[in-house]
Amino acid sequence: MAIDIESRTSVYDEEGRAVEELVLNVGPSHPSTHGVCRIIAHLDGEVVTKAEPVIGYLHRGIEKMAENRTYLQIVPLTDRLDYVGSMYANWAYCRAVERLAGIGVPERAEYLRVITCELQRVASHMMSIGSTGADTGAFTMFVYAFDVRERVIELFEALTGSRLTYNYVRPGGVAADAPEGWLDDVRRVVGQMPARLTELDRLFFGNTIARGRLKGIGVLDVPTAIAWGASGPVARGSGVGWDLRKSDTYSLYPRFDFDVPVGERGDAYDRARVRLWESVESCRIIEQALDQIEPGHVKAPGLPRLLKPRPGDAYDHIESARGSLGIYLVSDGSPRPYRMKVRSPAFCNLALLPLLAPGHTMSDLVVILGSLDPVFGEVDR
Amino acid sequence: MNIDELREHLCATYPDLCPLFSIEFGDGVLIVDRGRYWSAAKDLRDLGFDRLGMITAVDGIDDFEIVARLTAREIGAHIFLKTHVPRDEPAIETLTDLWPAADWQEREVYDMFGISFRGHPDMRRILLPDDWVGHPLRKDYRDERIIRRPDYI
Repeated sequence: MAIDIESRTSVYDEEGRAVEELVLNVGPSHPSTHGVCRIIAHLDGEVVTKAEPVIGYLHRGIEKMAENRTYLQIVPLTDRLDYVGSMYANWAYCRAVERLAGIGVPERAEYLRVITCELQRVASHMMSIGSTGADTGAFTMFVYAFDVRERVIELFEALTGSRLTYNYVRPGGVAADAPEGWLDDVRRVVGQMPARLTELDRLFFGNTIARGRLKGIGVLDVPTAIAWGASGPVARGSGVGWDLRKSDTYSLYPRFDFDVPVGERGDAYDRARVRLWESVESCRIIEQALDQIEPGHVKAPGLPRLLKPRPGDAYDHIESARGSLGIYLVSDGSPRPYRMKVRSPAFCNLALLPLLAPGHTMSDLVVILGSLDPVFGEVDR
Repeated sequence: MNIDELREHLCATYPDLCPLFSIEFGDGVLIVDRGRYWSAAKDLRDLGFDRLGMITAVDGIDDFEIVARLTAREIGAHIFLKTHVPRDEPAIETLTDLWPAADWQEREVYDMFGISFRGHPDMRRILLPDDWVGHPLRKDYRDERIIRRPDYI
């Protein structure tokens, strides 16, 4: 079943004149597609009449590969799902394994997970906001946002040794305790962050050109967001105050005081701005976690070297930077999972693109795609 | 809402679904016959499950198991809806008319397992190329390019 691409279809305007519909292939590796995604855009003049994403260019078959590996060997695979936010997939996977195998996690490890994942949220949102800037021609914003992101990546480099794929969260705890002085470094970096983020807010979201490019673009209403399973900043930008950290609270999140920022209009502006204010809230969470964390073990004691969970299936999810990220594991009692399914928020959010794009110009299509913040490692798996 | 309240809520509204409800690893599970799948999904939607989180399948060798995870945001509950699809006739009703979110996810299940969804608006492959042969997540899928990891564990 090939995709039907008719490049010269005659369509008629209101006055009966024959006009030609242009079909434009964007991608698969155009820089504005945020990864390897192809969009078949049907254009009437400069206005998009239909946009169809074609995905799968980065499909590596991680779910199939997982069936051939032990539970511990899968953790590095989950790094490669959402490569802008590796910690999330690590954590979601480990939570599913812990639920399946009945493993308890020491408190210090949970605190380290919260701290790293909230840092990851800042880094991931900076990537998204920076590329929104680049999409709209504000390249300065890209550089400023990446400056903030770099501070976080440096912390991760000190903690895990790598800058992109961390492999830090493990079933039953984390890979290693934080090195000496690392938590003080986190406190110093996070202390500076709210001021920098407020500066970004004034620099970009207060800018007339940015407002003009983002406001009213790709409006997603609340019923559509819920029916299409949108989650994360895409849903919250529309005003759906649904955050798993609050509504379906997990780990230590009940201990922290934080707000869930929501948008009002559901356009690209609100989605981007929700990401910025979420980053500020993440800084609040990290500071509270740093106040509360105490010395202790970072790995559950007495873990077998080879995990063999009892037969059954388990699902667990966390709120990643892109939304509700879930891992569904089926065990048959052997050391390898029988089936692993990744419920990818980026995949579900990207399905909204054909709904949001029609009626906007070609240049706004790029902005809408960017505002959905897809990471194609996670979309294609 | 905790799991016992969910059971009571479900049993009070739909007594016929009550014996099919079980609890596994802290999650509510509802296992229905293939013929009852769509109507059970509709009943759950009317009960307040407004969000479809995930649809996937598991190759159970004898048959396929369809797993749908539903969320009721208002009452804060999750449920798994499961059904079995025979291997020789892999087809089932679509849920796209209840939750449009099923659209791409059912295409993925079709792509990976070859289970077709009746009434789906656009039933074709999504992740793999259109000319791919076979459905990789089936356990009987064979591809000479797959290298089996040695058993050194």
